[in-house]
Amino acid sequence: MKTPLAAWENTWTTSLGAYFPGERVVLRGRDLFTELKDLSWIGLLIYGITGNIPDEKSVRLLNGIWTLATSYPDPRIWNNRIGALAGTARSTATLGVSAGIAITEAVVYGLQPVLGATQLLIDVRERLDRGDELADVIARRLEQPCDDNNQRRLAALPGFGRPVSSRDERIAPLMSLAEELGFAQGPSVSLAFKIEETLLQSGRSKLYLNVAGLMAALLSDQGYTPAQQYQLCVLCSSGGMLFCAADAAAQPQGRFFPMRCSSIKYRGKASRQWKTDET
Amino acid sequence: MEESIESAFWQEYAEADNPFAATKCRCAGYDVYGDLLDKVNWIEYLYLLFHTEAPTAQQVKLLNGLAVAIANPGPRDYSVHAAMAAGAGGSTLASALMAALAVGAGNLGGARDVYQALLVWERCGSDFSQWLPVLRHWQEQQQALPVSTWPAPEHPPGFDPNGVSCPAPVRQTLTYLADNTIAERLLWLRENRYQLEAEAGLPLAFSGVAAAAFADLGCSPQQAEMLYLLLRLPGAAAHALEQLQLGPKSFPFYRHGIDLDNDPGPAGGEAR
Repeated sequence: MKTPLAAWENTWTTSLGAYFPGERVVLRGRDLFTELKDLSWIGLLIYGITGNIPDEKSVRLLNGIWTLATSYPDPRIWNNRIGALAGTARSTATLGVSAGIAITEAVVYGLQPVLGATQLLIDVRERLDRGDELADVIARRLEQPCDDNNQRRLAALPGFGRPVSSRDERIAPLMSLAEELGFAQGPSVSLAFKIEETLLQSGRSKLYLNVAGLMAALLSDQGYTPAQQYQLCVLCSSGGMLFCAADAAAQPQGRFFPMRCSSIKYRGKASRQWKTDET
Repeated sequence: MEESIESAFWQEYAEADNPFAATKCRCAGYDVYGDLLDKVNWIEYLYLLFHTEAPTAQQVKLLNGLAVAIANPGPRDYSVHAAMAAGAGGSTLASALMAALAVGAGNLGGARDVYQALLVWERCGSDFSQWLPVLRHWQEQQQALPVSTWPAPEHPPGFDPNGVSCPAPVRQTLTYLADNTIAERLLWLRENRYQLEAEAGLPLAFSGVAAAAFADLGCSPQQAEMLYLLLRLPGAAAHALEQLQLGPKSFPFYRHGIDLDNDPGPAGGEAR
């Protein structure tokens, strides 16, 4: 048996792009300085991920999602808190934002619910196309057992319900933008609201559509694959973290919600002494 | 209202003059600075933090041996390469470790590989017949799993999809670690390595040995994933510092390494 690695040792073959030092940059077959120079940053993001130059409405939609839904200036939110903690601990904003982006791949908010909601919409659509009733499809999803291994896992219906409050205040402004752009009646958006309606009719009053579900629906209707939707959202929370990092850095060091010793509620083993022969 | 943090292993008492400074810290009931500091070594304390009980001498020997074996994956390893890239460019040192963690977290010989392997140990134990479908049909089994931001694993965990045969350091580590009265799974792995490799069509990797060791130490899949991330950082740190001194000129750049298959040429699109 031969190693497969030798053939890759000196060459990385790609269609993504490259930079030619002192000369030019190519991204997905186009010259950055001449052909792509008028793209907005969001437009460049969509092009870099999909390989397609987006139209103005697609750019406005993704820009609106980033602006309205993903970068709250509130350091209590878990990922933003990393920015604030970095600021108050006098670390750098870059480190705080980098780590904040990393923790956004969370189960109860952020990227996993977006991806989960995308897949949910695909799965539900497949079931409906096979002739199943929506209420039955939802009931079956809610009955699925949690797996073992003591793991945190996505909610049975990612994109519906919220950990802090039941209503998501971002739905109305985002739908207003979607209306303006003509995306409010897309098949995935309609399905998402139909799922919400069915949930509420079944008495599950807290399972309103949340912004992860609406983002997934809007992006699905744009034709992005689940992987592309995930990639388009990887950086979307970075603004809030950066604001929080800068805010905390401008205030006295170590003053961001300091905790006193008594705030640790211990529920472990009683006091004991280490025996040197224990090991 | 005072917010609180719950902990099953960490307790603090405040200094009389400052409620925000601890006068005593207990880990799983032990006084860290008044008792443990001059009695325990780092490996014992590490075990205590994760398991909230003192380790036995055999557990210390196993965890210490594993910690030495995986402390430095070497500069060719992708996670260490990431840390070195940070060093070569003069980045913050924290970013070097963050880079090593990000890259070393993955399914290819990284911490997620160890996590997946622990799940296999939980499911199959030391029963060869249980391992067979895992080794033969791993990829098909992954298709049925819930959607995740993690890429679907492409090879049975703990094996090297790009390997040819099991390298000597992996075999030496397995042999050493299996020589321990608590090394039940490691011993089974050593005795069945050839058959397992034949069924997988792949050689055993460090991650596979580490997973067996973590299972013998009673670690959960998540504890094993976390410890693997942590214990591989020393080498990344040392190599990053070395590259920091050397600078970018001696670090690989692959100046002629990109083969762009859709280059429009210098005219900027006119060539297409």
